[in-house]
Amino acid sequence: MTAAPDDCLARNEWICGAYLSSRRGILLDAVVQHLQLTALSVLIGLLIAVPLAVLARRWGWAAGPVLALTTILYTIPSLAMFSLLLPLYGLSATLVVAGLVLYSLTLLVRNLLAGLRAVPEETRQAARGLGYGPIRLLLTVELPLALPAAMAGLRIATVSAVSLVTVGAIVGYGGLGNLVYAGMNTYFKAQVLTASVLCVLIAIAADLLLLGVQRLITPWTRAARA
Amino acid sequence: MSTLTATWDWLADPAHWSGDNGVWHRLLQHLLLTVVCLFLSCLIALPVALVLGHLGRGGALAVNISNVGRAVPTFAVLVLLLLTPVGNWGEGPTVVALVLFAVPPLLTNAYVGMREVDRGVVQAARGMGMTGRQLMFHVELPLSLPLLMNGVRIAAVQLVATATIAALAGGGGLGRIITAGFNLASTPQVVAGALLVAGFALLVEGGFEIAERLGPARARGGR
Repeated sequence: MTAAPDDCLARNEWICGAYLSSRRGILLDAVVQHLQLTALSVLIGLLIAVPLAVLARRWGWAAGPVLALTTILYTIPSLAMFSLLLPLYGLSATLVVAGLVLYSLTLLVRNLLAGLRAVPEETRQAARGLGYGPIRLLLTVELPLALPAAMAGLRIATVSAVSLVTVGAIVGYGGLGNLVYAGMNTYFKAQVLTASVLCVLIAIAADLLLLGVQRLITPWTRAARA
Repeated sequence: MSTLTATWDWLADPAHWSGDNGVWHRLLQHLLLTVVCLFLSCLIALPVALVLGHLGRGGALAVNISNVGRAVPTFAVLVLLLLTPVGNWGEGPTVVALVLFAVPPLLTNAYVGMREVDRGVVQAARGMGMTGRQLMFHVELPLSLPLLMNGVRIAAVQLVATATIAALAGGGGLGRIITAGFNLASTPQVVAGALLVAGFALLVEGGFEIAERLGPARARGGR
């Protein structure tokens, strides 16, 4: 009879190098799933939020209902949101993405609308005076000027999405949340800590990445401050 | 449509409302958990925010803590706590995880509220010979109430929503109805549980809205 190996896995330690090396594949798969779910839901959220915000800006009466609806969506707990969408999508990754899209909408629409509203009337009139049509005005003047506020919303939405993906573990599509959930049931400390830390690291990395993108696409905000 | 009628049937069944697994018991647990966590979070966040706001220091810290807080998955924190000695304290891990979750929005809103008090008003109060303590409690605190209360409202609604996650880690509350539904593969029960939690969250949001409208004029911003 051979003795059980006396390593950190056997001792069930919080921090364990052997866990990292032996479960590299599982961790990588979970990170990839986590990133896919986050990116997909934020992108879809953005695709829906931009037209919604533009319409709410064009027609003032639409702003109230749009904001009220997205705020109500945000009040629904993540676990409940996934549950309410369950009859529509079943136990699938689509379910998690759909839930996260609805969450990101609140933050994105709110910030985009605030950004669009903050564009000074003189600026819009100057562009009109130069012969800009409504579409050119929107694409080349209003949307770029709304970018800083929109990016702030996008950063919050992304960071929140990274953290909310974990709850998707309830339907088996939670990225790193799956590892946390499984680790809880088997009392596997290294797995829970590693997955949790990776989750926070992904959120911080995504935030910094978006901050970098924001600086790249809005050079004028830096020039103004300097 | 069949899901809707099945959900209605689940909710209409009196057997689902009574007993230790019933809706009333879970609702009470949920309410208790939310109230205790909100109280503890206020106890921690508000004094810190008031002092930092009064001194005008640590602003970057108070604001950034809120953003970093969003990056931390509450579910993962809860599970981490479960595996530590705290895990043996009954509802302890849930309470600690939820308090950690609720402190950032409270801290940030109260701090920003204190800083947004008109500097002219503060200087006038100083000119009248008010001490720092008088200034903090009789001028800055009352004037910062609207933003501070907004923070309490955000924290309360998010606590109701997030307390649901406790059920994933074996805690009580309305989330248990949802997780039990998943285990029974009963979509009507899952949807019924979700509707109950969402309704509760909206009720709290609405309650704050009404309280704000009925409250003293200065708490509404006095505009």
